[in-house]
Amino acid sequence: MSLIDHIANLGRNAIALVAGFGRAGLMLWGAIARVPNLAKGTPLLIRQLYVVGVQSMVIILVSGLFIGMVLALQGYNILVGFGTEDSLGPMVALSLLRELGPVVTALLFAGRAGSALTAEIGLMKSTEQLSSLEMMAVDPLRQIIAPRFWAGVISLPLLALMFTAVGIYGGHLVGVEWKGIDSGSFWSILQSSVEWRQDIVNCLIKSTVFAVVVTWIALYRGYQVIPNPEGISKATTQTVVQSSLAVLALDFLLTAMMFGS
Amino acid sequence: MTTSSQALITVQNLAFSRGNHVIYDDVSLSIPKGQVTAIMGPSGIGKTTLLKLIGGQLTPDAGQIHFDGVDVHQCSRSDLFKLRKRMSMLFQSGALFTDMNVFDNVAFALREHSGLPEQIIRTIVLMKLEAVGLRGAAQMMPNELSGGMQRRAALARAIALEPELVLYDEPFAGQDPISMGVLVKLIRELSDALNLTSVVVSHDVQEVLSIADYVYVLADKRVVAHGTPQALRLADNPQLQQFISGAPDGPVPFHFPAQDYRKEMLGELD
Repeated sequence: MSLIDHIANLGRNAIALVAGFGRAGLMLWGAIARVPNLAKGTPLLIRQLYVVGVQSMVIILVSGLFIGMVLALQGYNILVGFGTEDSLGPMVALSLLRELGPVVTALLFAGRAGSALTAEIGLMKSTEQLSSLEMMAVDPLRQIIAPRFWAGVISLPLLALMFTAVGIYGGHLVGVEWKGIDSGSFWSILQSSVEWRQDIVNCLIKSTVFAVVVTWIALYRGYQVIPNPEGISKATTQTVVQSSLAVLALDFLLTAMMFGS
Repeated sequence: MTTSSQALITVQNLAFSRGNHVIYDDVSLSIPKGQVTAIMGPSGIGKTTLLKLIGGQLTPDAGQIHFDGVDVHQCSRSDLFKLRKRMSMLFQSGALFTDMNVFDNVAFALREHSGLPEQIIRTIVLMKLEAVGLRGAAQMMPNELSGGMQRRAALARAIALEPELVLYDEPFAGQDPISMGVLVKLIRELSDALNLTSVVVSHDVQEVLSIADYVYVLADKRVVAHGTPQALRLADNPQLQQFISGAPDGPVPFHFPAQDYRKEMLGELD
């Protein structure tokens, strides 16, 4: 392969990438940039909140509990060496609120709900359900994509808060119930260390950004799927990989903006 | 070709390709109102593509498709959606919504577009299901239906809004003889009873010829023959007769083009 071929390939890939961003943007614009029809849209949204949000709760809550417990155990072993084990509460809470809550929830959400969204929409495309909607003069972007997008954007920040709350409880179980840290100091130091704006609002901002990106990628991959089993399999894998990488990269950017100075 | 003055759909000089693969090159045809028109041709010739072009889901490279005098591909999106309320399509897979039961599938378009109260929608849906023999399956989910029942439920959904035009994409594909007989009967009887214009895309020759009023045969990117079923059976066209009789070899060769067989077996190819 000559140098010119390499350059041509590079150019083709760059054009394909930009075109992909354009198509993804147009899909999202077509889905959400309209006046919503509340009478028809609300039942669709509620159903998707159940599918996307409620059905993801088990994995999020169980993971949050164990991550909080592991965090507390490791933290305790380090802090006790410096005689500062009373700081275990804020350590667990701030780690969860600032990083692990939004990031791990988004990663789990990408694996659980994102892949399911891609597979569902991919299957709808391969069984011609999307074409069928179009032929019935019903816009699939409005009927299928929009309620799933909003369900993801609403669900993920709430799931991140639940993950964090359960994680803190897991930390309490290990630190207070097992390792014997004083319960009063655990909670009081935690309460005085956590700030509303700096920690909780930033947690919500991060998880909202992750929610938009993960849900958008999942829906786009499903909508653009090559309608056969191999295409759907490939698209679900792409959803998990691309969402995870996007979440980790965006996490660094957001952390730098929020806590860099 | 039938007279275009009675035509609901006219296709003029249609050209369409996917990448470098030309599917249609200068295809013209017209679909008369109130009749069953069949479009036949070998697999992979692009028959489904033609239906998607008529429905405005694909855009041609050249040529026009008019539905009742309106150029389908020059419409705005909202005008195209208005046109689509006057037509419907029965997809090869049935394309029933898998998260709804049969009743809700048939009621879907009525709830979206008719603005009718739920009691009247219920009556209409039950009438459509009765017409296809599935009133007793109204509460069943699509995955509980056989292939033939799915196709009939999809047919009930397709006629729910009483369209002027129904496009049938391979309605007989993969059906057992009884289901096929039921579908043949339904397509003909519904077309007559509702005065529908029907376009049936299929390569099930005998079934299609038994119900069609007029037939177009597509091959080699163009219309190779058209006429009434009787005229086509008598036509002096070897390619057409091979297709109708299902002969394995003829103008359409059995073998995909390949290099010399003997030389390849002896390893003498360059």
